[in-house]
Amino acid sequence: MAEISVVLPSVLQPLAGGQSYLTAPADGTVTVGWLLDSVTGDYPVLARRLRDETGALRRYVNIYVNGDEVRRLQGLDTEVAAGQEVLIIQSVAGG
Amino acid sequence: MATPESYVLAIGTKKGLWLATSQDRKQWSFTGPHFLMSEIPSIGIDTRDGRTRIMVGVRSEHWGPTVAHSDDLGATWTEPEHGAIKFPDGTDAAVERIWQIYPDAESRPGVVWAGAEPISVWKSTDGGEHFELNRGLWDHPHRSEWGAGYGGAAAHSIVVNPSGENVHVAMSTGGVYRSLDGGSSWEPRNKGISAYFMPDPNPEFGQCVHKIAADAAVEGRLYAQNHHGVYRSDDNAESWESIAEGLPADFGFVMLTHPRRAGTAWVIPLKADGERIPPEGKLAVHRTDDAGGTWKRLDAGLPQAEYNAVLRDAAAVDSAEPAGVYFGTRGGSVYASADEGESFAEVASHLPDVLCVRAAVVADARVAATASA
Repeated sequence: MAEISVVLPSVLQPLAGGQSYLTAPADGTVTVGWLLDSVTGDYPVLARRLRDETGALRRYVNIYVNGDEVRRLQGLDTEVAAGQEVLIIQSVAGG
Repeated sequence: MATPESYVLAIGTKKGLWLATSQDRKQWSFTGPHFLMSEIPSIGIDTRDGRTRIMVGVRSEHWGPTVAHSDDLGATWTEPEHGAIKFPDGTDAAVERIWQIYPDAESRPGVVWAGAEPISVWKSTDGGEHFELNRGLWDHPHRSEWGAGYGGAAAHSIVVNPSGENVHVAMSTGGVYRSLDGGSSWEPRNKGISAYFMPDPNPEFGQCVHKIAADAAVEGRLYAQNHHGVYRSDDNAESWESIAEGLPADFGFVMLTHPRRAGTAWVIPLKADGERIPPEGKLAVHRTDDAGGTWKRLDAGLPQAEYNAVLRDAAAVDSAEPAGVYFGTRGGSVYASADEGESFAEVASHLPDVLCVRAAVVADARVAATASA
């Protein structure tokens, strides 16, 4: 079965057992929300860093699909296809 | 050999947590920053059950809020996998910030209260590892009318009486709410507290009470530092009367009470809502020993000029005899007094903005080892 990779920023990798990316098996397309559920299933602390308890993506967490930030697409309903790569990058914020 | 009495000082800042230990409240050994680049707006030091558990509200601008605890003075931290505080399904709410972590009485070990943003109160019965939302307050019909102070919508003060039946919560903005049934139901209790910034300056609720604290020995006596106004209640918050006379200003955020002695409280006045600096730029703590009848200015050891504010939880007392008084400024200085405020010494400087300070007396051999290292 094909896979989709989710690339983690280095600061979050300790919450995923040190892995730099996580993969989920997927035939066809899935939503980014489903993908996050899948790859963080074994890493609940990582899941809470990305989304709050309503399921909303945290304000300064950006997820890119094919170079586009998902808020400019369909948010967590954005579809991603097997073989594609999804990037999680924290935005430039704070001081 | 008995473990000598030792002290722990925890300093939560805008960019992390610092911990200090001491055996004499003069020389302090620091560790930190813990949680670098996360703000620490709340700390609870739980010395019940023969252990020293430090609980912290942590909030990352990127990664959100969480609660962590350490049973080894910060050497390691534990964060419950699924989160200690999270809104249950159906509330459509998410925790933004943990404003308060309040270990309950010695007689109720394991019980820890928390106050959060959005305005909500939480209770743990397992030492702060998992909290349950207080539904009585969350479902209160006033909730939609509560507002946000400049720092956010905060349930920032929780006071529980010895029997556990009376619980007082203060929120900004909303004012004081009281429960007589251990937190099941709540009613506003703000009679006498001004809300000068509202069309009706004496509303039933809506006040911006900055901090409340209970008298150590007189049941039903409470003190409040308001958004302009310093008050005392002698009737379990049924009514409040001003005790601001004798203070250089009635604005400020801090309200501390003595761990044992009736009538003793401390405030740290700021000039005004529009000028949040110590009056005349001169930092001073003020203590009353007669429940607000008179105030004594305490500034020995404090800087001649200081233009930073002291936030509501950036001050604490310990339970020693005499009591220690501690506070930190938004300029990153932390001052400690081992004599109830008669004299202070700067114990840390140039830290990020200090958001929360807590101190405790502990009988912990590790503290002694750390402090003497």
